[in-house]
Amino acid sequence: MMTRRTLLKAGGCALVAYAGAPRFLVRTARAAEPSGKVLVAVFQRGAVDGLSMVMPHGDPAYAGVRPSIALQPPRRGESERAVDLDGFFALHPALAPLVPLWERRALAVVHACGSPDTTRSHFDAQDYMESGTPGVKSTQDGWLARAIGGRAAKATPFRAVAIGPALPRTLHGDVGALSMQSLDRFDVRAGADTTARQGFEALYEQGVRDLLHGTGRETFDAVKMLKSVRASRIAPANGAEYPRAPFGEALRQIAQLVKADVGLEVAFADMQGWDTHVGQGAERGQLALRLRDFGAALAALAQDLGDKMADVVVLTMSEFGRTVAENGNRGTDHGHATAMLVMGGGVRGGRVYGRWPGLDRSQLFEGRDLAVTTDFRSFFSEVATRHLGVAATPIFPGFRSTQAPLGILA
Amino acid sequence: MSRTRSWTTRALVCVAVGFWAFGGCIQVKPGEGQVSAVTTVAPAPTAAVTGDRQILHALSRLTYGPRPGDVERVRALGVSAWIDRQLRPRTIDDSATERALAELTTLRMSIPELLREYPRPDPRLRAQIANGEMSRQEMLERYPIEKRPVRIADELRAAKVLRAVTTERQLEEIMVEFWFNHFNVFAGKGDVRWYVSAYEREAIRPYALGKFPDLVRATAHHPAMLFYLDNWLSAKPDYRIQAGPNRGRPAGLNENYARELMELHTLGVDGGYTQKDVTEVARAFTGWTIDRPRTDAHFIFRPGMHDTGEKIVLGHRIPGGGGRDDGERVIELLTRQPATARFVATKLVRRFVSDTPPPALVARVAGSYLNTGGDISSMLRTIFESPEFMSEDAYRAKIKKPFEFVASAVRALGGTTDAQGAMALARASAEIGEPLYQAQPPTGYADRGEVWVNAGALLARMNFALGLASGRYSKVSVELPALVAGADPRSPEAVLDRLLVTLVADQAGSRTRAVLAAQLNDPQITRLSPDDRGPANTDVAKLAALVIGSPEFQRR
Repeated sequence: MMTRRTLLKAGGCALVAYAGAPRFLVRTARAAEPSGKVLVAVFQRGAVDGLSMVMPHGDPAYAGVRPSIALQPPRRGESERAVDLDGFFALHPALAPLVPLWERRALAVVHACGSPDTTRSHFDAQDYMESGTPGVKSTQDGWLARAIGGRAAKATPFRAVAIGPALPRTLHGDVGALSMQSLDRFDVRAGADTTARQGFEALYEQGVRDLLHGTGRETFDAVKMLKSVRASRIAPANGAEYPRAPFGEALRQIAQLVKADVGLEVAFADMQGWDTHVGQGAERGQLALRLRDFGAALAALAQDLGDKMADVVVLTMSEFGRTVAENGNRGTDHGHATAMLVMGGGVRGGRVYGRWPGLDRSQLFEGRDLAVTTDFRSFFSEVATRHLGVAATPIFPGFRSTQAPLGILA
Repeated sequence: MSRTRSWTTRALVCVAVGFWAFGGCIQVKPGEGQVSAVTTVAPAPTAAVTGDRQILHALSRLTYGPRPGDVERVRALGVSAWIDRQLRPRTIDDSATERALAELTTLRMSIPELLREYPRPDPRLRAQIANGEMSRQEMLERYPIEKRPVRIADELRAAKVLRAVTTERQLEEIMVEFWFNHFNVFAGKGDVRWYVSAYEREAIRPYALGKFPDLVRATAHHPAMLFYLDNWLSAKPDYRIQAGPNRGRPAGLNENYARELMELHTLGVDGGYTQKDVTEVARAFTGWTIDRPRTDAHFIFRPGMHDTGEKIVLGHRIPGGGGRDDGERVIELLTRQPATARFVATKLVRRFVSDTPPPALVARVAGSYLNTGGDISSMLRTIFESPEFMSEDAYRAKIKKPFEFVASAVRALGGTTDAQGAMALARASAEIGEPLYQAQPPTGYADRGEVWVNAGALLARMNFALGLASGRYSKVSVELPALVAGADPRSPEAVLDRLLVTLVADQAGSRTRAVLAAQLNDPQITRLSPDDRGPANTDVAKLAALVIGSPEFQRR
């Protein structure tokens, strides 16, 4: 089957024939009906401490191994404390903006989720989580790209977009994903000279089959379409206020693309700064500050999209969790399982999913870390297949889930 | 047997090269790479690069891109003699660069001086602004931006750009960048902002072409690394902090440095260590810390923090009671592992040859490492003298990183910059995706093209090209008239050809030329007679911008 990127790469001859019409219009001939569903993947890079993000206050071993960084158990009416979710788990107080979503059952948690691979290397673990093939380094593409790779190409260069300086591993592949730091600046800026863009476009138009030319062509398609819909002019709706930080900015722009109806199917944003080896803090401190930005941005996205959120699912992930016990510097070292969030349309929210493995020393992975009871691939493939309506097999090659579905999406 | 065959192959390549080359043939010395690591025959590389392409290739890999006239200079010296000089930077006069750097005073200051001259903001100032006791204007006067610690990294960024653009010791500068990235620290993490420029000056630069184990030792002892990867806080279990604001607080083991030392600095992630090794190495380095980090900041070993028990690392026993020597022994052990040699060789070959390093060359470079105790110049020599390096497979195969692209664009236009211009160029590198000294994770920045090529970044490259050629970087001067000097100013076609030769040598395809030629009669340009912008109806700046933003110029 000829995918969009191979088509473009091979496409010198085929496409020159249509010269003049923007390629995304040319491709309409092959387009399927758009489902309108969008999956937004969010990566917390550096390994978030799932035990602080979604704290297991009901586990008797929790407080003892974290003398200076354990959260106080929730108590009704005390807003400084963690917010109880179900009598066993509680949300970090810095994530308070997400509580209304939980109460509306639009937000769920999968705890003790992670990779079957035991690496504690940030780099390898991120790579595995993005490729979707733990333990296999030779995989060329990413699972998020594969999730929509099997569908007929739609008439848009905006099927897959990452907001950030680089195209993340998880969007490498045949779908021709775009990455951009700012919708506003996504154009050739040559002042009054309108011919500069045409000049560059012509230079990248040539028939060489390589990464640079292919990306260049996709870029100019995208520039034209973005100009025509004026996406960067769309203001946040419903009083949503995004934190003025890179992650908030990324989600704000993803919302603009959703609202501009450019045919977005998957989007990606990431946030750094979760590698809390020293002075992690508890209700307040370093981790709390990161979580505040994180939660506020997610809540703003849901607010901003309003009714459109019915078509959007946001999935959060991190390469691994952190040690159950705090380390020698009131921080935590690299661990194993962590907590992941999912919110949006179709989510059966207000529940923490997954089997809790326990924090007693005898229950820990390698005697130190939270054990993985949900393979991230089970969770992701359930979300991707149910929400996007695609088949599971090509997304996570070689993987057959042995556990019952979580039932996390209606 | 296999060895003999690979020698023969190389000898043949060398003969062929010598036959065709204008410049000197790169001699393959028998015996180089003659190590046990060579067990497989290299799949014969494709055709060798010959003629002036050898010069262009060497310039594109050993420098931040050719300047006008560089090809002629290397031709006059001979490629191999020129490479040889680059490998011995002390023999190259570079006083002009030193003069250009003079105004960046923080580069030469010690950490204690920097801590004194660029103090951390007084928390009371913040409070006074918050409750309205002081205006923003007043604060800027009391605490001017140029006296803030952020100045230190800003000047370091400017210096990096200045050096890349102007230094004659190009290869040394490339290796400083390479090793800084290998032993990355993030200038935005806590006290690293005061330590970062001393780190490059003291722990990286002196060893950039020296011995790899010296780099590991120097970085392991430096306060920047001790702080960045938290080892300064790592202590034996149940240790209580003796002094400072945290006095009496318990402290204990921190694995961060130990893991990255093995994963990223020496063995590589597949180098055969276990979680147990990580913990044992962390124990060995307990007590390696920073003395008075906020006033003095130098390495100190504190026996009270050290775990005195026995450690077993990679199956080797380090008996108890070694004290500070435990860490030294771990470094010694790690830097003589074949896995380390392979890991370092792979990264070097990726930098200089190809995103997919040829395994046979990696094996020979690893052999050089093991034979010479990790001598970096020897490893580089093995690479530069290899048929894989001077092969058509490698020619223009690498895509420039954003910083390489920015520096090469300025150099290609014969540009010069002062410190202020260099800061603007550093911001350009950030816009294209590579903010200097700001890689937060310890992996540093990737060295593979696919990481840097994406829609937003490509547009940023084109916009930088337009800005640079049209003089939007006011402190960066580019010599457009000089670039096309010699071409008949009455002939736009001649000017274009001249420009293409200067900027992309033999790279511009006929279609690229056709696209650019179509720009020559741009109706938007209405000058009817030649002037200092070039021939009539020709905008040299715009042509230059299009070439610099073209696919061809993104490669090296």
